[in-house]
Amino acid sequence: MTSAWTITAAVNPPRAAFVDYPLGHTTGQAHDPVGQRTLLEAAFTAFEAATVPGAIVDLGLQWGDDAWRADPMRGDSRTATTSQADRGTARSDSRTERFDTPQYQSEEDRRLAEQRHGEEIACRACVGFDD
Amino acid sequence: MNAYEATPVDYIEVTRRTYDSLGYPPYAWVHSEEPPPWTPLTKPLSDCRIGLIASGGVYRRGQIAFHYRDDASYRVIPSDVPTDELRATHFAYDTRDARSDINVVFPIDTLRSLVRDSRLGGLTDDCYTFMGGIYSARRVREELAPALVERMTSQGADAALLVPV
Repeated sequence: MTSAWTITAAVNPPRAAFVDYPLGHTTGQAHDPVGQRTLLEAAFTAFEAATVPGAIVDLGLQWGDDAWRADPMRGDSRTATTSQADRGTARSDSRTERFDTPQYQSEEDRRLAEQRHGEEIACRACVGFDD
Repeated sequence: MNAYEATPVDYIEVTRRTYDSLGYPPYAWVHSEEPPPWTPLTKPLSDCRIGLIASGGVYRRGQIAFHYRDDASYRVIPSDVPTDELRATHFAYDTRDARSDINVVFPIDTLRSLVRDSRLGGLTDDCYTFMGGIYSARRVREELAPALVERMTSQGADAALLVPV
């Protein structure tokens, strides 16, 4: 799947299906199980039919309005649970700052993970692990 | 016909402009010069075991969350995970919709419905998630990607659905 045509064209994977939705919606719109299903069915149909390595198939889906295109890489300031007071030169970068500690969706998630994994979690986050 | 003629966002160009305005050196996008590898699909998808790999920063409640700077780690998420235990964290997209309905970046309910209706043969026992936005293409190529390939192969996947954000 891809919503970033030029990036995918540069990487050149064997098969790709393009969805012209804002970032963060590669497999559909929220709370739209019918639309999500239609999207993936179209992608799998394209997958079955693919014969040309590197082709990107446009699934032809439309988001509904184009307002998101004005700032298409905007992160959400509320995603970070750490203070973002010290943003430095990142002021004109609308993405979220690149913290190098685990960024939990909620404090409850943080407490649960710290209970389970102990104190060394910042280092363990740099390798693959199962739970 | 309709009048919808929007041009897809060129994220390479948008990123170049952003980096220029910040005084950063240009981002080194991956450009693959060689033809992509090709493995033919040899049986119907209704007989295939499908894997899911997603880069939206998805973790399961109780797991360690991803961090935002060059995090090349991955998480293992069982394909029968309760959907309400899934979380999203990321610096490069607006996660509000993903946090409200994880299927927009990790289509686990959608895939399970396709299996129920026999459009797909089944899912691998485990799915894999990572962070994306990793500056080091070398770490992805030499560490993360081979690890995920090995995991997918050991899971008996016939094909994998890759969902970047």
